[in-house]
Amino acid sequence: MKLTINGEEKQFENQMTVSQLLTVEQVKMPDMVSVEYNGQILKRPDFDTTNLKDDDKIEFLYFMGGGR
Amino acid sequence: MSLNDQQIERYSRHIILEEVGGAGQEKLLNSKVLIVGAGGLGAPAALYLAAAGVGTIGLIDADNVDLTNLQRQVIHHTADVGTPKVQSAQNKIQQINPDVKVNTYKAWAKADNIAEIVRQYDFVIDGTDNFPAKFLVNDACVFEKVPLSHAGILRFDGQLITILPGESACYRCIFNSPPPANAVPSCSQAGVLGVLAGVVGSLQATEAIKHFLGLGDLLTNTLLTYNALNMQFRKVSLNKNPNCPICGDSPTITELIDEEQQVCNIKDCKC
Repeated sequence: MKLTINGEEKQFENQMTVSQLLTVEQVKMPDMVSVEYNGQILKRPDFDTTNLKDDDKIEFLYFMGGGR
Repeated sequence: MSLNDQQIERYSRHIILEEVGGAGQEKLLNSKVLIVGAGGLGAPAALYLAAAGVGTIGLIDADNVDLTNLQRQVIHHTADVGTPKVQSAQNKIQQINPDVKVNTYKAWAKADNIAEIVRQYDFVIDGTDNFPAKFLVNDACVFEKVPLSHAGILRFDGQLITILPGESACYRCIFNSPPPANAVPSCSQAGVLGVLAGVVGSLQATEAIKHFLGLGDLLTNTLLTYNALNMQFRKVSLNKNPNCPICGDSPTITELIDEEQQVCNIKDCKC
């Protein structure tokens, strides 16, 4: 399965959900990530139920609170 | 208003640009920008907007200048330590450009004061350093329909998006609500490369100026991310989110609220 994650194409052997991808990609703080799935922001409860498929585009968007 | 001789000279490098001209410069002089937070992002934004001749600049900040600020908050100088940031910033703006009217608000942006301030301006720059303030500024701009440049920075990373309320994705379209406690490092705990604030704050000022002049493409429905270590800028396309709690199809947020501050102590932080 080919996924595009933050603009980079990657190959994966196994089927997985968005939650599993966060683990596989070693996202340290999943609470700090918003996920855009094929152009739409996913609701957090849908991370566990959204099964990824070939050619999906995923963006991990990080909370960034600094500024002063 | 027409430009006097001094102004024609001062703004000559703008006026000579076909896309700006005398008419564009007059638009800038008639524009009002509110900068929330006179710190890392607000400092470069205020300096460039003042130099550009944005006619009115509002500054909100309750803080005094601290020695730890000077590594990045370039509008404040060593002699300003201990003085209110809004006063320090006002002094520099007026030294740079006496054409600019500066309104200062020595207060924190809160649900009970932000809306009435925001509505007096044409564009808002978010230079705050915490999630409750970032969500509050977003919400106030959505309710008051005032365009906003949102930005965040941390360590070596920064990101920004321009929000035209009702037309393009807002901050809550991407980030529904503040993250949970103990997940959030702040700049004071995690650190930030000083010049990163300069880059991102200057980009915010660029967006304000482009908005006033009607030039180019704004970062609407686009999150621009920047990493200073690999020098990579990346645009992430976004859409207005129908599930957005404030600008979606069935909003659940109908008035301004002060979200709770959720910043961890570094010792029990998972980060």
